[in-house]
Amino acid sequence: MDWEYFLELFLGGITRGSIYALIALGYTMVYGIIELINFAHGEIYMIGAFTALIIATVLTMAGFNQVAIVVIASGAAVLYSCAYGFTIEKLAYKPLRNAPRLSALISAIGMSLFLQNYVLLAQTSDFLPFPSLIPDFEFWEPYAHIISSQELVIIITTAIVMILLTFLIKFSKIGKAMRATAQDMNMAMLLGVDVNLVISATFIIGSATAAIGGVLIASHMGQINFYIGFIVGIKAFVAAVLGGIGSIPGAVLGGLVLGWTESFFAGYVSSDYEDVFAFIFLVFILVFRPSGILGRSVSRKV
Amino acid sequence: MNKVLEVKNLRMNFGGLSAIDTFNLDVSDGEIVAVIGPNGAGKTTLFNCITGLYTASSGDILISPPDKKTKSIIGFKPNIITESGLARTFQNIRLFSNMTVLENVMIGRHCRLNSGIIGAIFRPKTTVNEEEQVVQDSYDILEKIGLEKYVNEFAKNLPYGAQRRLEIARALATDPFLLLLDEPAAGMNMQETKELDDLILKIRDEEKISILLIEHDMSLVMSLSDRIIVMDYGKNIAQGNPAEIKRNTDVIKAYLGETFA
Repeated sequence: MDWEYFLELFLGGITRGSIYALIALGYTMVYGIIELINFAHGEIYMIGAFTALIIATVLTMAGFNQVAIVVIASGAAVLYSCAYGFTIEKLAYKPLRNAPRLSALISAIGMSLFLQNYVLLAQTSDFLPFPSLIPDFEFWEPYAHIISSQELVIIITTAIVMILLTFLIKFSKIGKAMRATAQDMNMAMLLGVDVNLVISATFIIGSATAAIGGVLIASHMGQINFYIGFIVGIKAFVAAVLGGIGSIPGAVLGGLVLGWTESFFAGYVSSDYEDVFAFIFLVFILVFRPSGILGRSVSRKV
Repeated sequence: MNKVLEVKNLRMNFGGLSAIDTFNLDVSDGEIVAVIGPNGAGKTTLFNCITGLYTASSGDILISPPDKKTKSIIGFKPNIITESGLARTFQNIRLFSNMTVLENVMIGRHCRLNSGIIGAIFRPKTTVNEEEQVVQDSYDILEKIGLEKYVNEFAKNLPYGAQRRLEIARALATDPFLLLLDEPAAGMNMQETKELDDLILKIRDEEKISILLIEHDMSLVMSLSDRIIVMDYGKNIAQGNPAEIKRNTDVIKAYLGETFA
């Protein structure tokens, strides 16, 4: 067995998996709190990538240096995506909060289609080249044949975001309020938690991680168009379901498992069928463990 | 005496069903008032109206927080009503079961804080101090209720009686002037009920919190209450001190039927 090839696929899987995990977080957090699959979440990621592209192009023409471009473009992507996430919730989901869950789900699908077509009309239907925002580090040169410095940056950034998020959820006031709201929304309200604020914060945090994912993956792939949110969105959704939707560690684990599945099948079997393997894997998980890897089966009181 | 809560001509209709029908109630400062009545009389609906989970169909609910003006809380959201100083518990246990005992109490305490999400991310000195204060306050409350040995235990692992006390501790953390207890003794044995009796008196006497409770355990109601209000089919059918209520024929009729009255 060729261990170096194995390692390369393993690390490639972590890279893909980290991206899926970053986006899956948004699905899983929103589901945990209002039990809605936010199908427009993939579009938030796409909008993040577009914002970064536009800002980076402008800054490059203005002659900024590489580091400033990365920081400003990513910051703008995060801000813009957060604004979109916040607005989508207020416009499309909040009025339907007491409606049957199917209504909100359909509203989410509508929002997703609207945003895709809005970007299609406002921008273009062509693939746009995305500048490689992350430079190749010289010191990493000797190891670059196993994992490129871009992939390294992706993995490290994801790890930092995950750690920050864990601390936020576990120890901060808003994190506690989120966990309380997820368990019992009415009780949280009766203890003085402003549930609307908590839900907005959830959408904002989810959008921010999606935007970071958008910048990283676009920079890695080198091109974007209005449709990239759809397939990545579906993959991230699969990751969230794999790990157990509603569970944050589950989203991370689900992302990594999906990343490895794709990477190994593409490497050892055929890269043409990597999506097929990913979804077959999903079918097996749903058949044998419907609540996901880390999900708990919820028994509801009637 | 100063009235802390006044419910005036309250009505609550669900479609054609009138769950509460021109109901009046008031609680004075430092008073323990019990609402009793047969199952389905509308007692929990009354609590849901007062705490903002339901919006009353008509009528008015007035509160007078200490040192503040009397105001109506009709149409306010539950979290705003909690911030104005009303706290409640439920019939069934509704703790955040996957959080620790301390965290459960801290959630209640947080509505008295100023720092928001920005503070949580950048953590200036004031936020850090505030959070330390919350931990200290929450621990003090647990000590008062006698739950300090469970501080870092998950709420779901506590014995039943302790879970009920934790609900009260969590309600106290919001710093209320009026505490609404919905069947606090449900499912408790005699020993636990006795302890609850002492705890409720202690809350009234030491924390200066007025109490409105719904309860089916008549021995508890009779020993605790300053005043009892009897509710049937959404209406107020009698009120008075425990001795008066025991003799009231309308009350006996409502509970036992015509032939016993």
